Amino acid sequence: MDNSVKLRRSLPLAEKAFGASGVSVTSMGAGYRCSLRVGADDVAALSQALGVDLPQTPKTSARSASRIAMWLGPDEWSIYDSKNNPIDDLKNVDVACAGVDVSHRNTAIEVSGSLAAGVINAGCPQDLSLEVFPVGACSRTILGKVEIVLCRTKADIFHVECWRSFSPYVFEFLSTAAKEQSALAAR
Amino acid sequence: MNAPVLIQPNRIAGKGRLSVADPMRFTFDGKTLPALKGDTVASALIANDIHLVGRSFKYHRPRGIVSAGPEEPNALLGIQRDVARHTPNIRATVQEVYDGLEATSQNRWPSLKYDIGEINDVVSPLLSAGFYYKTFMWPRKAWDKVYEPFIRNAAGLGKAPVHKDPDRYSSQHEHCDVLILGGGVAGLSAALAAAKNGARVIICDEQPTFGGALHFDTDIVIDGMDGFSWAQQAMAKLAAMDNVRVLTRTTAFGYYAQNYVGLIERVSEHLSAPSADLPRERLWEVRAKKVIIATGSIERHMVFANNDRPGILLASSARTYLNHYGVAVGKNVGVYTANDSAYAAAFDLKEAGINIPAIVDIREHPNAELVAKAKALGIRVLTGHGVMAAGGKLRVSSMSVAPVNGGAREVIPIDSIIMSGGWTPSVHMFSQSRGKVAYDAAKSRFVPGVYAQDCVSVGSCNGTDDLSAIIDEAIKAGEEAATYVRPNTSQVSISIEANGGNAWEGTLIGAAPGAEAGKVVKAFVDFQNDVTAKDIRLAVQEGFQSIEHVKRFTTNGMATDQGKLSNMHGLAIAAEALGKELPEVGLTTFRAPYTPITFGALVSHSKGALFEPTRKTPMHESEVAIGAVFEDVGNWKRAWYYPKGGEDMHAAVNRECKTTRTNVGMFDASTLGKIEVVGPDAAEFLNLIYTNPFLKLGVGKLRYGIMCREDGFIYDDGVVARIAEDRFHVTTTTGGAPRVLNMMEDYLQTEFPHMKVWLTSTSEQWAVIAVQGPKSRDIIAPFVDGIDLSAEALPHMSMAEGTICGVPTRLMRMSFTGEMGFEINVPADYGRAVWDTLYEAVEAADGCAYGTESMHVLRAEKGYIIVGQDTDGTVTPHDAGLDWAVGKKKTDFVGIRGLKRPDLVASGRRQLVGLKSIDGRSVLEEGAQIVEDPNQPVPMKMIGWVSSSYWSENAQKPIAMALIEDGFNLMGKKLYVPMANEVIEVEVCKAVFVDEEGGRLHG
Repeated sequence: MDNSVKLRRSLPLAEKAFGASGVSVTSMGAGYRCSLRVGADDVAALSQALGVDLPQTPKTSARSASRIAMWLGPDEWSIYDSKNNPIDDLKNVDVACAGVDVSHRNTAIEVSGSLAAGVINAGCPQDLSLEVFPVGACSRTILGKVEIVLCRTKADIFHVECWRSFSPYVFEFLSTAAKEQSALAAR
Repeated sequence: MNAPVLIQPNRIAGKGRLSVADPMRFTFDGKTLPALKGDTVASALIANDIHLVGRSFKYHRPRGIVSAGPEEPNALLGIQRDVARHTPNIRATVQEVYDGLEATSQNRWPSLKYDIGEINDVVSPLLSAGFYYKTFMWPRKAWDKVYEPFIRNAAGLGKAPVHKDPDRYSSQHEHCDVLILGGGVAGLSAALAAAKNGARVIICDEQPTFGGALHFDTDIVIDGMDGFSWAQQAMAKLAAMDNVRVLTRTTAFGYYAQNYVGLIERVSEHLSAPSADLPRERLWEVRAKKVIIATGSIERHMVFANNDRPGILLASSARTYLNHYGVAVGKNVGVYTANDSAYAAAFDLKEAGINIPAIVDIREHPNAELVAKAKALGIRVLTGHGVMAAGGKLRVSSMSVAPVNGGAREVIPIDSIIMSGGWTPSVHMFSQSRGKVAYDAAKSRFVPGVYAQDCVSVGSCNGTDDLSAIIDEAIKAGEEAATYVRPNTSQVSISIEANGGNAWEGTLIGAAPGAEAGKVVKAFVDFQNDVTAKDIRLAVQEGFQSIEHVKRFTTNGMATDQGKLSNMHGLAIAAEALGKELPEVGLTTFRAPYTPITFGALVSHSKGALFEPTRKTPMHESEVAIGAVFEDVGNWKRAWYYPKGGEDMHAAVNRECKTTRTNVGMFDASTLGKIEVVGPDAAEFLNLIYTNPFLKLGVGKLRYGIMCREDGFIYDDGVVARIAEDRFHVTTTTGGAPRVLNMMEDYLQTEFPHMKVWLTSTSEQWAVIAVQGPKSRDIIAPFVDGIDLSAEALPHMSMAEGTICGVPTRLMRMSFTGEMGFEINVPADYGRAVWDTLYEAVEAADGCAYGTESMHVLRAEKGYIIVGQDTDGTVTPHDAGLDWAVGKKKTDFVGIRGLKRPDLVASGRRQLVGLKSIDGRSVLEEGAQIVEDPNQPVPMKMIGWVSSSYWSENAQKPIAMALIEDGFNLMGKKLYVPMANEVIEVEVCKAVFVDEEGGRLHG
């Protein structure tokens, strides 16, 4: 039997997408993710290994090529990379840290358009004004009844991460809100 | 619908702000009536000269429209759009007419004009305050059959809808610098000032148009234009600013902690054909840095005999109907007042051609200018007079007038009375914010006193009466709020010029002359709950002293209108009866919601598919395809069993269990909780969390672990794999995943913060396929690379990393069935493909997929516990027969001291044992109680209960596990399980029913 054939990843949301006037909700492709935990003393070493400066200000992220490092806590980051698995860059790191591959644990949905922030605010209690949640801001928060990680990648584009089994709920919530807000905006 | 009736007898040409170019039709109790766009149901009914709109709650007295706003206590109607969209108890004064609206009166039978329930008015002495506490006491037996059905039938006014609500409800979280509640002069002025100074502002008003009192007060000129036009212009100016959100038809209903305010926006209730995508209502949850309360004030009614007759309404409401809706409340309108505002209403009506036979003013010396103007307009003014009673029944027809100090009565025919007892500041939101009100004795009113939150009241809700003072106060509040939130913004001052506003003088709280103590009349304080002045006095007479008790005894202020009109009157009457000053008796606390809100808005999106997240494993669709039946386990859908060819559950489970023991079975174990524990101190940490020793667990080895709480009782269990020196793969029960992670994190942060170890949930990173049975190795071997699967290289309770079907795997040799078995962990996105590949091989080998039910049976055959089923939070590892899993040499772990408590080491504790049914066929009921002697008298002494029980196809007999007092010492003893129809005899045995030696694990 040919065991060399790599099976294709089947994503929980496949290629689901919803569009309404002023907002789109689109499931994103198969990305790579790493949950990274490390103490303050070793942040520099890991920044170097990962090729991205791990942000140390709460609710901020840093980018480098296809990689985003999101601050989730004083010793916790979520590293997302659309092309390369960040866990590979941690293999030879010689500091006490925890890098855990969670590429398949989460899935991502992109919410974009002029109504994007309002659509997310249908279920997320954070202040998403550009003043308080500017481009690059990120946060582990809630949407409706589930936990999400939210990152603003552009003024009107948000990257929403959630655990795979919650993704149908998150997609349904966002597309329902998108439909309503689009109708509300058209009044 | 019938052809439109074009004549609206009370619509006054040239008055009001609605356009005759926008006609509409609606029905009231089946009759089609004309209306204009912008009408409320109330204004349209009055335009059609209809005042009788409902029957009162208790006495079924005919009732009419009292107000023009949210304070309306009487005009509650059923509003229907279609069969599925019927809403009871909608205030006619708030509901806007849309084309095709159907309105129905309530609480009457057979019809509004002839109502059987009216008998209650005649027998009213039986129905005085607190009647339900007294009347329905005896005989006890009548309660179930007579009293309760009667009360239930009488309770509530409208009819609850029977159909599922088809509408959408939306929700929105929003943050702002300044939230302004109310869009009258004060709110708009504050909003303009705050917005011009750069603040993020939200301003909301419950009405479709901004302006508040400017809807009726046409004497006001602001910035050179009439007040209402100024309000529309101010609103447009605000709406055009990027930093301002303007919300109309939006009621602030609840003021919660830390300036968290709930608003309800009525989005589509005024539209005749709203888009299906448009929510009916939207709930706004606003967090504001500063709240400006500009909620205005509410005019009070006069408490006199028969003051509830249809056609009697508040003076300024009558003015609203005239000046905004272009509708006169009658043709011949009497005026009864203690306040100047009724004069303005009378003048406007008179100037519109309505006959005003008299203004009855209880004051001896009202404002001379007003009296003079009345006289100039030809209106008779009776100062120092009161209305002793209103005549008429379905519609007021006369007022009986007499001097306040006694004297002859004069009956004046009228078809409407407008009244004013003065104004009550709307301190509802302030009070909800936990602010304390202060009593303003000079004007007999409560105003905001001590603030509890970051908010400020402006305008008439703050007791400010003068128009210029209101504007100045509001501008100052707006500017200060903006500066407070954004101290570095340079200040911009605004000025608003206003003229013509009158600070109306005069107030009356409590009963008016003619309704004093001793007078047997129905002078209503609370219209909606049928509370009269007499009822309040009766409550005091019966010993109630606190206003909170008086309120509950009489139900004054407890109706859906929340006492907006009645609270002050009730308080004054109680204070008088008690002989106390008003502030001593106190004001009842205002609570949310300010006005009724729908359940739909509160539920918002959380219904249907979004009620709760439904969690599915990566293999779910493949399991559906092979016919799995699913069960709910928490939020998860788990494959329960896989029936084939018409099998019932029993047959399917028997086959699955048999096939797995004799051949091979596969099972989706993906929902197991998984935690990756990483760091140099990982082993040390797990050694403290689990009762088992972990320091010496070798890399590539597995260990079954138990974790206790501090009290020594089992909290969760699972298998732990050591992936590397500093990395463990921990599994938990499906339901335990979040709480185990929380508990571990809690200990890590509070008890062991010195440890270098981190926890990451990987529950959903890995799909888990258990392949179990004598042929399990043969099945998976062809697909596995990089792992030696032989019993020597990979014995029971060990693991290795390699690939399966070309994808990376953590392959664990372990078993929850007692058979040789493997749990294959693959990254979740590959789970379905690997499952499909293995299933094909399993099927080709005549194996099967098995579900959670068979999993339960297979593990019970081996006596493996399920935490939460065979434990109940009071079971120690020893009680569960798991003493071997507690490290005897360990000096510390969570629960070590708890386990030494005297009652946990005492003999006679309930211990987990097996049970055999003596008859060889009776399957016990889980949860059934166990006794020693079935012939003892009831209540029997119960010595334990059945925790797990199944038919075992493999053992060919029923098997059960039970927690029984001193169970370990009862081996072989006969006990009894009394059931409803029989007593089942059982024998205590070891909780192992298949392969007692455990040899099958090691094949």
